[in-house]
Amino acid sequence: MLSEKIKKTINGIRDQFPTEQALLLPILHEIQNEYGWVSMENMKAAGEFLNLPVSKVREVASFYTMYRLDPIGKVDVQICTNISCWLNGADKVLACAEKKLGIHHGQTTKDGKFTLTQVECLAACGTAPAVQINQDYFEQVDENMMESLIDQASRDLDAGKDVGKSTQKDGVWP
Amino acid sequence: MMYNNEHFEPVITPNVNVPGCETIDFYVQKENGYKGLEKALKMKPAEVVDEVKKSNLRGRGGAGFPTGMKWSFMPANPVDANGNPKPKYLVCNADEGEPGTFKDRLIFTKTPHRMIEGMIIGGHAIGSNKGFIYIRGEWFKEIRLMQKALDDAYAKGFLGKNILGSGFNFDLVIYKGAGAYICGEETALLNSLEGKRGEPRLKPPFPAQVGAYGMPSCVNNVETFAAVPYIIDKGWEKYAKMGTERSGGTRMIGVSGHVNKPAVYELPMNLSINDIIEIAGGVKGGKLKAVIPGGASAPMLRADECHVLTDYDSLAKAGTMAGSGGLIVMNDTVNIVEATYTLLKFYEHESCGQCSQCREGSHWLARMFKRILDGGGTQDDLDYIAKICGNMAGQTICAFADAVTGPALSSVRKFRGEFEELVAKGGLKGIGKKESASHKLVGAHV
Repeated sequence: MLSEKIKKTINGIRDQFPTEQALLLPILHEIQNEYGWVSMENMKAAGEFLNLPVSKVREVASFYTMYRLDPIGKVDVQICTNISCWLNGADKVLACAEKKLGIHHGQTTKDGKFTLTQVECLAACGTAPAVQINQDYFEQVDENMMESLIDQASRDLDAGKDVGKSTQKDGVWP
Repeated sequence: MMYNNEHFEPVITPNVNVPGCETIDFYVQKENGYKGLEKALKMKPAEVVDEVKKSNLRGRGGAGFPTGMKWSFMPANPVDANGNPKPKYLVCNADEGEPGTFKDRLIFTKTPHRMIEGMIIGGHAIGSNKGFIYIRGEWFKEIRLMQKALDDAYAKGFLGKNILGSGFNFDLVIYKGAGAYICGEETALLNSLEGKRGEPRLKPPFPAQVGAYGMPSCVNNVETFAAVPYIIDKGWEKYAKMGTERSGGTRMIGVSGHVNKPAVYELPMNLSINDIIEIAGGVKGGKLKAVIPGGASAPMLRADECHVLTDYDSLAKAGTMAGSGGLIVMNDTVNIVEATYTLLKFYEHESCGQCSQCREGSHWLARMFKRILDGGGTQDDLDYIAKICGNMAGQTICAFADAVTGPALSSVRKFRGEFEELVAKGGLKGIGKKESASHKLVGAHV
């Protein structure tokens, strides 16, 4: 079931686009943001809401990397390892995060707190290495900073705070 | 002036280091903002297109197509089968993601109104009343900054109905991408904008005939739009004079990798790669080994080739391309096979999968490079690399396959010795290097 909040947001931007299908990326974004991943149930609900067959929703959801089709940890630590970041030590940052969290990239910690992800270019090559924690960018990250970012996220999570969503305003598109 | 170009002045970034430069008040009061729009709205659309044509502005997204010509392809009064008028759409490509490129992000965060003004002028020129800004979804903060800039422009009457009393209406809407490099390709972007998979379309029909939502559309890069207000406000001659014979204006070059001062620099086009490296503080951590001059897809150059000038035509002559202006510098501690594998891994992941040459080819290439690094490579592999590349470039719907062959082919051609050493000595281990953490094939790659 889609939440009322998502329905309201999508209805609010309906007249900006000429077709219903154009709202598919926005609705998947909202689902991803609210639930942390895009489940089969929510894909069905999105299809019903936009009058699209679920096959169409799934073919789109599976194309884009920002939609996670399996549940992930509450904090997604995304480390860019593309060329400029790699040249500037992204590898060390990745290895440090792997050691600290005790998982390889592509995996989630047992307590469901952290997922470690290797991502491709975040367009922050001038301030490499770049790391994105949930929505927030961190640049010129070294091993020390990586460790303290993870510590801070862990503390915020335990205190019940939102992590890595410093610029988000609820119910506001985009 | 440190550059040997008396006509040069920054077009887009004169004030990006001034606090508050991103606000509409700063742009209007200190930078003569929206004056180009005022002027353009008093001109006929065809006259605006003509100004841009004469300025020699070329698309800054990578292909370098003349912008004025692209605008002139838009049909004047398109109608559907029943004779009803069709809307036309103007689209801004802000899906910046070419490795090594980070100039559009600077425009978004420091001078968003320049780009917005350029889009409104563009809308007037091609006769469109609606524009879409397609932004990569990872830019949560930048998207919100851009939305704020749009809200401010609406509040001041630069967007919306009857702009500056001219009778011209123009609306701008943001659309969020969702993490796909291929959506920077203009027809893939249009599919994504329609809420579909970001798969490139066969051309023809070109976007000017059948673009977004089936309507005539024009797609331009962020930097391209940001140059337009200057051209209209100061006149095409001034802009054209700054550049070369076939390409006007300045270029934003993002210098990254092994340099002391990595950043975006707005520069004239008559500088060599060596000059630009010097401006960016010189090579750090060793001597210059190789440069990728225009984003990951551009074939790399050896240090001894870096005297080449950085305008479109000189770089094309040198067998590479100006691309998106991302200059990646590598020093002599870098193993080229490893560096190239880093890129191929990226292409393997980002191929959309429509064409088998690209889907399989990018995968094979990545696997071969990995095998060479792991010590299982053979001499034959080196020749196969060229063979695979030959079967990819020019054989597919879009230019992605060509982009893959850029680093793959140039690395093995220009640094064959390093490949042969790895083959002979049994991979990275044989030359005393450890495998990169990010190259380990464990877990899943998103």
